[in-house]
Amino acid sequence: MADKKIIEVNGLSATFGEREVLRDVSFSAYQGEVTVILGESGSGKTTVLKHLLGLYDIQEGYVSILDNDISDLNEEEQKDLYLKMGVFYQNGGLLNSLTVGENVSLPLEQHTHLDDDLIRRIVLTKLQLMHLNGVYDMFPSQLSGGMLKRAALARAMVMDPPLLFCDEPGAGLDPISLASLDKLILNLRKELGMSIVIITHEVSSILRIADRIVFIDEGKIIFTGKIKDALESKNKEVHDFFHI
Amino acid sequence: MVKPKIHNNSKDPDKDFKIEQSTLYLKYSLLLGDLDRWIPAVQEYIKNMQDPITEINLDGLKKIDSAGVAAILQLKDELIKNSKDVKIVGGSPSIRKKIGLFSYQEPPASRDRRRMSFFESTAESFLNFYHDYMVRYFTLAADVLYWSVTDIFKSRTHRKGEFYNQAVLIGVNAVYIICMLSFIIGLVIALQSAAQLRNFGANIYIVDLIVISMMREMGPLITAILVAGRSGSAIAAEIATMKVTSELDAIKTMALNPIRFVIVPKMHGSIITMPFLTILANVMGILGGMLIAYLYLDIGPEIFINRMGETLYNRDILIGILKSLVFAVLIVLTGSFFGLNVEEGAEGVGKVTTQAVVVAISIVIIADSIIGLIFY
Ligand SMILES: Nc1ncnc2c1ncn2[C@@H]1O[C@H](COP(=O)(O)OP(=O)(O)OP(=O)(O)O)[C@@H](O)[C@H]1O
Ligand SMILES: [Mg+2]
Repeated sequence: MADKKIIEVNGLSATFGEREVLRDVSFSAYQGEVTVILGESGSGKTTVLKHLLGLYDIQEGYVSILDNDISDLNEEEQKDLYLKMGVFYQNGGLLNSLTVGENVSLPLEQHTHLDDDLIRRIVLTKLQLMHLNGVYDMFPSQLSGGMLKRAALARAMVMDPPLLFCDEPGAGLDPISLASLDKLILNLRKELGMSIVIITHEVSSILRIADRIVFIDEGKIIFTGKIKDALESKNKEVHDFFHI
Repeated sequence: MVKPKIHNNSKDPDKDFKIEQSTLYLKYSLLLGDLDRWIPAVQEYIKNMQDPITEINLDGLKKIDSAGVAAILQLKDELIKNSKDVKIVGGSPSIRKKIGLFSYQEPPASRDRRRMSFFESTAESFLNFYHDYMVRYFTLAADVLYWSVTDIFKSRTHRKGEFYNQAVLIGVNAVYIICMLSFIIGLVIALQSAAQLRNFGANIYIVDLIVISMMREMGPLITAILVAGRSGSAIAAEIATMKVTSELDAIKTMALNPIRFVIVPKMHGSIITMPFLTILANVMGILGGMLIAYLYLDIGPEIFINRMGETLYNRDILIGILKSLVFAVLIVLTGSFFGLNVEEGAEGVGKVTTQAVVVAISIVIIADSIIGLIFY
């Protein structure tokens, strides 16, 4: 069970205009693991993620998620796949025209037939899990940066998806919030068996949560494998990242 | 070497540099504040020289900053054009270190583009325009119209109450301004023509003039232009902002269709309200005309309405309504199209908003004339 591949990326390349942003990216992520994608700013992490999410057309290479070749899905299949994943976007991605409560309930409201009271209870639970109380009726523009991130994370996991993607959820959080975020992620993995793909730079965080890392540099993979192999890696960049 | 005459307004040019046997000796300091004086002086000097300079010597230089380094390297690039090689030599370790630190290297140029001829570039920009705008506009139109029809009775594809919100935003909130402006326009058209008609003793034709021009032309057009200005821009700005802040991506990965979730309710809202707004504009415009007819041409409301019954055909009313529906679709489509077209960044939002209004109004006017031609 532990070794079931849930994401497989093979030879993914992407060029925007004249710029080659990704070159021959290949890696896998496994069920029930936390996979960390890391690399310098501008190295292409978000671009990889957006390819995984099917937000960019795949120009070259192959991406499969939960055994679906994502460039070969019809509308229904794509919808089914999206229902199995939650996404946290780098800049939040909450709908600014809706309150926090409406944002977090949106997936439940649209994709289930639960009644409004039950939805409200589920949403309040998720918000509480993120230490957000009393924000249900506030608009995203009224929250602080860190609260916004936590609200967005609450929305990403409101459906308890088996697969969770997070683009830098920890950036800009204070060390204490960061530690509790890490704890939450570990809990999601352990209690719900979620598989989590997370982009982050925080070394402390990576050491706490990562099972496996994917190291990207200028659009190329320079290391992929278990975290303990990364710590012993001879590759200069990887070594420098963990031992500064 | 001939030492040329130099016309230099700085008191002592030798203070900054001197040139001997193809070597340029730099002295003292080369800081940002010195460059305004230094660059013209050096250039003047070099222009009048016969032998090219092949060496820049930094031994005398005491102080330099990043701007100074940039100036030296720039000078070197210029000098290289005249001589095969220019070397930068000497300088204290600290100066050399700064030069290393501050030198800017052009990133390797990506593939040289062949210069295109005038015809080629015109053709290419036409093709780009065709592909970037026309093809994508029609693709979007097809998508939006398809979903607008299939979603008429489905509310689960967007939020409850969203259609109502949009109808209020696009339609109801525009009522006051549309009433006011069409009343004024009816008034003005009547006023302008009253004097002429009176000269010919053709007073009663004011009714035909007002009714037909409002119903067929001005009513739908005024409404559409106002709605394009109010809602076309709002739609473009809203969608562009949603795209820039990943909201559209988020909608998609929540297994919702952004077109059905965001655009279709707007389409429904505007299709439902535009005909009513247009009828309202017609009525107000005719009221304006009626007022002038009464005040200036002695045509009482009763006569006006009687005559109106004779001149007005169903056809005119229907054409007005048809136009308003077409305009409703075009305004929402254009606003959405430009919103989706935004390039990353907040300034992109402002840009597409303006484009959306200008293009929406132009498209409305063009469509108006096409419909006018068809149903002439
Ligand atoms: N749609 C696009 N069009 C053109 N270039 C793009 C596009 N998206 C990303 N890029 C470029 O691709 C490169 C990688 O961007 P990406 O957002 O993936 O970086 P990142 O690794 O997520 O960085 P950060 O840590 O700062 O978020 C950048 O140089 C960026 O300019
Ligand atoms: Mg990023």
